[in-house]
Amino acid sequence: MGAMSSAIPQEKPRTNYLNHKYGILSWLLTVDHKRIGLLYIVSISAFFAVGALYAGLIRAELLTPDGDLLSTEQYNRAFTGHGVAMTFFVLVPLIPATLGNFLLPMMIGARDVAFPRLNLLSWYMYIGGGTIAAIALLTGGIDTGWTFYAPYSSRYANGSVLIALFGAFTAGFSSILTGLNFVVTIHKMRAPGLTWFRLPLFVWALYATSLIQVLATPVVAITLTLLGLERIFGVGIFDPALGGDPILFQHMFWFYSHPVVYIMILPAMGVMSEVIACFSRKAVFGYKIIAYSSLAIAMLGFIVWGHHMFVSGQSAFAGLLFSFLTVLIAVPSAVKIFNWLGTMYGGSIDLSTPMIYAMGFIGVFTVGGLTGLFLSTIGIDIHVHDTYFVVSHFHYVMVGSAIMGYLAGIHFWWPKMFGVMYNRWWGRLAAVITFLGFNFTFFPQFVVGYLGMPRRYHFYPEEFQIWNVMSTMGATVLAVGYVMPLFYLTASLINGEKVGANPWGAKGLEWEAADSPPHHENFEATPIVTQEAYAYAEEEGAVVH
Amino acid sequence: MWEKLYNDFSFFPEGASTLAWEIDAIYLFAVAITVIFTLLIFVLMIVFAVKFRRKDENFIPKPIHGSAPLEIFWSIVPFIITQVLFGWGAYIFFKYSNPPANAMDVHVVGKQWMWKVQHPEGKREINQLHVPVGQPVRLIMTSEDVLHSFYIPAFRIKRDTVPGRYTSMWFEATKEGEYHLFCAEYCGNEHSRMIGHVYVLSPQEYDEWLQTEENGPNDPPAVAGERLFSQHRCDTCHSPDGIGRAPSLRGVYGSTVATSDGARVRVDESYIRESILDPKRHIVSGFEGTMPTFQGQVTEEQVLELIAYIKTLGAE
Amino acid sequence: MSTDHAATADHHNSLVAHQFDDAEQQKEASALGMWAFLITEVLFFGGLILAYTIFRNAYGLAWTAGSHELNVALGGANTAVLIFSSFTMAMAVHFAQLGQRNKIVLFLILTLIFGSVFLGVKVVEYSEKIEHHLVPGPNFQYHGEFADEVNPRNVELYFFMYFAMTGVHAVHMIVGAILLVVWLIPMARKGRYTSEYYAPIENFGLYWHFVDIVWIFLYPLLYLIGRHN
Repeated sequence: MGAMSSAIPQEKPRTNYLNHKYGILSWLLTVDHKRIGLLYIVSISAFFAVGALYAGLIRAELLTPDGDLLSTEQYNRAFTGHGVAMTFFVLVPLIPATLGNFLLPMMIGARDVAFPRLNLLSWYMYIGGGTIAAIALLTGGIDTGWTFYAPYSSRYANGSVLIALFGAFTAGFSSILTGLNFVVTIHKMRAPGLTWFRLPLFVWALYATSLIQVLATPVVAITLTLLGLERIFGVGIFDPALGGDPILFQHMFWFYSHPVVYIMILPAMGVMSEVIACFSRKAVFGYKIIAYSSLAIAMLGFIVWGHHMFVSGQSAFAGLLFSFLTVLIAVPSAVKIFNWLGTMYGGSIDLSTPMIYAMGFIGVFTVGGLTGLFLSTIGIDIHVHDTYFVVSHFHYVMVGSAIMGYLAGIHFWWPKMFGVMYNRWWGRLAAVITFLGFNFTFFPQFVVGYLGMPRRYHFYPEEFQIWNVMSTMGATVLAVGYVMPLFYLTASLINGEKVGANPWGAKGLEWEAADSPPHHENFEATPIVTQEAYAYAEEEGAVVH
Repeated sequence: MWEKLYNDFSFFPEGASTLAWEIDAIYLFAVAITVIFTLLIFVLMIVFAVKFRRKDENFIPKPIHGSAPLEIFWSIVPFIITQVLFGWGAYIFFKYSNPPANAMDVHVVGKQWMWKVQHPEGKREINQLHVPVGQPVRLIMTSEDVLHSFYIPAFRIKRDTVPGRYTSMWFEATKEGEYHLFCAEYCGNEHSRMIGHVYVLSPQEYDEWLQTEENGPNDPPAVAGERLFSQHRCDTCHSPDGIGRAPSLRGVYGSTVATSDGARVRVDESYIRESILDPKRHIVSGFEGTMPTFQGQVTEEQVLELIAYIKTLGAE
Repeated sequence: MSTDHAATADHHNSLVAHQFDDAEQQKEASALGMWAFLITEVLFFGGLILAYTIFRNAYGLAWTAGSHELNVALGGANTAVLIFSSFTMAMAVHFAQLGQRNKIVLFLILTLIFGSVFLGVKVVEYSEKIEHHLVPGPNFQYHGEFADEVNPRNVELYFFMYFAMTGVHAVHMIVGAILLVVWLIPMARKGRYTSEYYAPIENFGLYWHFVDIVWIFLYPLLYLIGRHN
């Protein structure tokens, strides 16, 4: 490391992206991908707070089996609000829109994404969709569950279903535009010498993610549109009483909503490759396999949606086929984990905060992935489908893994974003608390799920109480783990230790060729790449001097 | 309180059907795989993190770019494990997909927010299901409004009930007792109250229970169906001798008929239901589509009774 | 660090946005972006066509019945109009490549006119349906030639799909027409497009042809069911 980090601070550029312009409008009308990334971080954090508040209500309610804190209506609105806020407004944009926006152009040596104004439009659509959804939650709320299953959502549910559908629809277009922008950026904006197989694996992960966003999101857009029209006109696309088919809704919904899980997890896997390579100071083991496995997961993700419908009444043959295809996803996922371990093997491992989050990710993702096997095995799924086992599984993957990956990334690139370092001990402590709190919260849910507790239950039989109490206790620990970064990261902005361009001694254009915080056009001049990614063992940097 | 907590501290629900042990066995296999791999990965990770911890700030480790044998090894091992799980799960699924011939048909209708059950002898119950031990039972299920899901954890079975169509599942209870019955598909406000109990009785107790006066005496569905059949004047067109304006229904259940648009349709519960509620959709070839719809004139339960009656009309 | 001076030569050219190195990169990026966008559109319409297919399979005769209520002549004429607008659009792109300002403007205006004719005919067709109570909802009635053989609810479903599919298509046409009026035609008149820089016209052309192709699928799917016998 040394060489780069001590060399650059001396010739600081006159301006960086943070002090390039001032004033609120310079942020709200910015087309700088870095500022847009920060706008997303702030707005997604706000939605996370909303979703977490609902989660807190749910966990508090489930302390007792008698449903004595909230009314049933309130409880149903709480879990729907939790699901809608967290899936559509937190997890889908979580990493691509924040870290992806901030880093992608820098990682490929570009001044910005291909369509900066479109990028800003995405953010406004996100905010627009979020505002609409917030209106839905405030004006009566919705109690359909985030899955909007017909015919309940189209004919029976009260509340602001239409408004919520429109909010999710709008946010969907934000996601499409981000994906489209990234696909073009990765294809056309790479710096000279940066071939496909020299790309950082985070970029590969973003590429696979963007393909899913572009291909899957329009299907849910039209599905939600049809559902809305059915609700308005009372015509049966999905309502069997009017001649429609509720199973069709499930097919169309899961054609998007299964791939969407990979929108959440693939970028987190990309972050893992970056973090583990840096803190092991070693090239990623099996670079190409990891790159290809991202694409394989994205492709397989499109043909497995039927595993959400094993007990829905779809044909036995369909169930068998979807079961077979689904278990295959375990292979590329397992390969990634073993390759990360291979990267750590023989490395020079620094247990800094991002690395602890990354190791937490591996632990949580292993459990999340393996329990996915239970659910894709058609025999077991018949018992555990729609129980807390499923709830726990997808929280392990979507919350445990995706948010752990996001936090690893935030802690890794924080000094790049703001040129300051947070308190490393607080960081490590928060990472450990998050990992423990997470497992404490969700592990009991596997057990209570196998015991037979269905999800979305306001009242439940007494014998399940012990597990719910454990889960709620864990949730308080997890909450501490999630809140801590808010304090020490904010504190670092005020009085954090100033750091140079490359405090971790990492490889990659964003570290080696850009300052911390970066220049508003990222680089002083277009960098030229002459090396593979993660060339930790090579003396030369990735940039020609 | 502590004793109660201790008793609740169980990792398995009670198993009370022929399927239960099979699901528990494959589940335990999957748990074992999960534990082994999680431990393996976790231990390796910790060992690496300690053994290869950064001791010298300037030390640059030797890069390893990959290893084809290793990559192949750790692709193939997960592949084999997943295929074992898939194959085993599919085996169980198929073994239990078709009910035995001697299964007893019980009708289940879900509605917001209750389960309505009718036994072949005609006895009805709500949010309860009484079944004899050792007797295969097939549930023929539908819903009056939204999706529900009929879930008996002790039997390890669950199936959605879908409005507008029939779904079915079967089980054979192996242990007398009282078990939970849940609705597992979110169905609106009182979803978590759409619960009840399954009572597994000895055959004698079951027969006694059938005789109890509770919920009043009921005709068997086939008898009630026959009465409905004549009440609604179905027999004026669907005459037994087959010379009416509509096809004879003798022996029609389980057969395959040609329809006017050239398709061939298997006559099962769903087709009979569709023919009562939406008769113009698949008209048997050679007949006019003159039958009116009975949508709104018969309830879901009455449709089930009519079907039960039509099923008793054997060929002559 | 060396600077790639060749790559930044165009940097101060006002037609090349700051994030691009040169006009070539910008052109390729915008074309790829448009293709990616069209792929999302394919999936968007794909969802509709999936629903259409499933219900047509389930309610075959009702689909025929609904289709027979449509005005094949108007639909066919509209198809011709739209194909012709694609031709004029292609001509606009052609003259944009040659940088002939007046002809670009002329053919863009022709495209706009044909597009508007299409929409006008659509308005006539829609109002016919409204008069005949064929709009899904409480006022829907079906008394057509298949009235004895089909369930009107299923015909209503056909008309729901008809309005959803042609409606979404019409929205795309309206968006295209608005873009022509407020953006491409004024810019073309100002002489903004030259043989060096015509990517907006080319990409708009891709969009217009796509919307045209969608109609070429919709026309037989909706208008021509059961017409062969």
